[in-house]
Amino acid sequence: MSYDSIIIGAGMSGLAAGIRLAYFGKRVCILERHTTIGGLNSFYRLRGRNHDVGLHAITNYAPPGGKKGPLNKILRQLRFQWEDFDLSPQCGSSVVFPGHTLRFNNHFDYFEAQIAAQFPRQIDGFRQLVSEIDAHNIGDLGQTWISTRARMADHISDPLLINMLLCPLMFYGSPSAHDMDFNQFVIMFRSIYQEGFARPYQGVRLILKNLVRKFKSLGGELKLRAGVKQLLIEGKQVSGVMLDDGQILEAKNVLSSAGSAETLQMCGAEVPQDDRFTPGDISFVETISVLNQQPKEFGHEETIVFYNESEDFYYEQSKEPVDVRSGIICSPNNFEYDRPLEEGSIRITALANPDFWMNLSEEKYIEQKQYWYDQILESSLRYIPDFRPHVLDVDVFTPRTIKKFTGHINGCVYGAPQKILDGSTPFNNLFLCGTDQGFLGIIGSMLSGISIANLHLLNPK
Amino acid sequence: MAPEQIRSVILDILARIAPDEDLSELDDSVPFREQMELDSMDFLDIVMELRKLYRVQIPEEDYGELVTMDSTVTYLTPLLKDAESTV
Repeated sequence: MSYDSIIIGAGMSGLAAGIRLAYFGKRVCILERHTTIGGLNSFYRLRGRNHDVGLHAITNYAPPGGKKGPLNKILRQLRFQWEDFDLSPQCGSSVVFPGHTLRFNNHFDYFEAQIAAQFPRQIDGFRQLVSEIDAHNIGDLGQTWISTRARMADHISDPLLINMLLCPLMFYGSPSAHDMDFNQFVIMFRSIYQEGFARPYQGVRLILKNLVRKFKSLGGELKLRAGVKQLLIEGKQVSGVMLDDGQILEAKNVLSSAGSAETLQMCGAEVPQDDRFTPGDISFVETISVLNQQPKEFGHEETIVFYNESEDFYYEQSKEPVDVRSGIICSPNNFEYDRPLEEGSIRITALANPDFWMNLSEEKYIEQKQYWYDQILESSLRYIPDFRPHVLDVDVFTPRTIKKFTGHINGCVYGAPQKILDGSTPFNNLFLCGTDQGFLGIIGSMLSGISIANLHLLNPK
Repeated sequence: MAPEQIRSVILDILARIAPDEDLSELDDSVPFREQMELDSMDFLDIVMELRKLYRVQIPEEDYGELVTMDSTVTYLTPLLKDAESTV
């Protein structure tokens, strides 16, 4: 079988790229190793309940009727209407550090006023930083890694404010420890503070199902249980792929959302690599607690709480199995839906140590999940009323789960520290999209697939 | 196609790119960019839609001709004079 394009991975970026290609008449096939779509942003059913895998919130919110920003861009590019994503905005979130709580919602003025009130001597510097963010061009594909902390320190002198501003952005998108690339920082700052959070009533499955339906209606082919074992290389060209079952599919070009290091691994051992292809090692454990009440009934009305209890903020690979000093509390119920979700739930996420979780025996693994579930909940109680008496059902995922379902080395969530913004690889007709290309989040990953498909597969220079 | 049909074709393409947009108010002499916030990605889509529908190739140096509805129709009229409308 021969295609114009083969896409590896039926996550957000692969599906979005697939829609673009199929829409403009290309013969395109998406290959997904798993039995279902979604990759890092998938969904599943457990003991009669629907869960999202990674989704806390969709960032980059824009209200209906708008024309600007990444959300409107992808709606146009994928020929969707605003209603197709059914987004309800957040109720309000916060960053909580010792002695300070900064609240934010989908109106940036509110956040700015919080900073002005709590950090009066920093507000001018903060505004200068925002001007720099507004002026930054994320479309410049030639830029290299710049330290965000250094840039922030040019404007803000209080390390507490720097850490509080960084905390949500790192938790929701930094592949590197302690610091992040300024371009990634700008993308995250806009998507979280300036645009904001939202969620579809039905969760991520609504968006994925709409993507697949559109892709198939345009003639695209989706193969599940079709993992790529190897990319077939001829000199500087890729001629196709060999699947896990030995089947060979040919294509004029291949777009991979598998990750940069992971994609090169599929090319075989002889591939020239540089440090752009070093995999990330930041991963998380997440607890999901299903409740017999809506969170607001026991007094928790916030959408997302980012907390940190230590003087400094340690965003790094955890030395302990789980780093309970900081974390994220997300309540999928606390969005402005027109009717409440059927059941309450609370998701708490914290940094984790991938090696620890990868190397446990099955028996120990289950035991440790239970142990750390208890520790994580215990540590969260300073930031949320004790909801433990209301828990009906529990699930926990770890770096091991993430590796199993995404194939990411180390079970890393936000991919490689070095993003490959133009999607290029050592091979002329092999391109990268998704987490390691550089746009993050649900909307960002779709934008990644769209951008790389446009740049290399629809309008090659 | 006559200019009036070309205008319908462009409206049809714009409706596909921006389904939430009210195009009945479109001013033919004002740039699309100002009225609809179209960016370079969107202009590329107009070009690609035309290629898909009518196999008309618009070189990159001519993208500037697609600024307003009036200029677009003027530019496309000779290129599409033998094409059958799909709208």
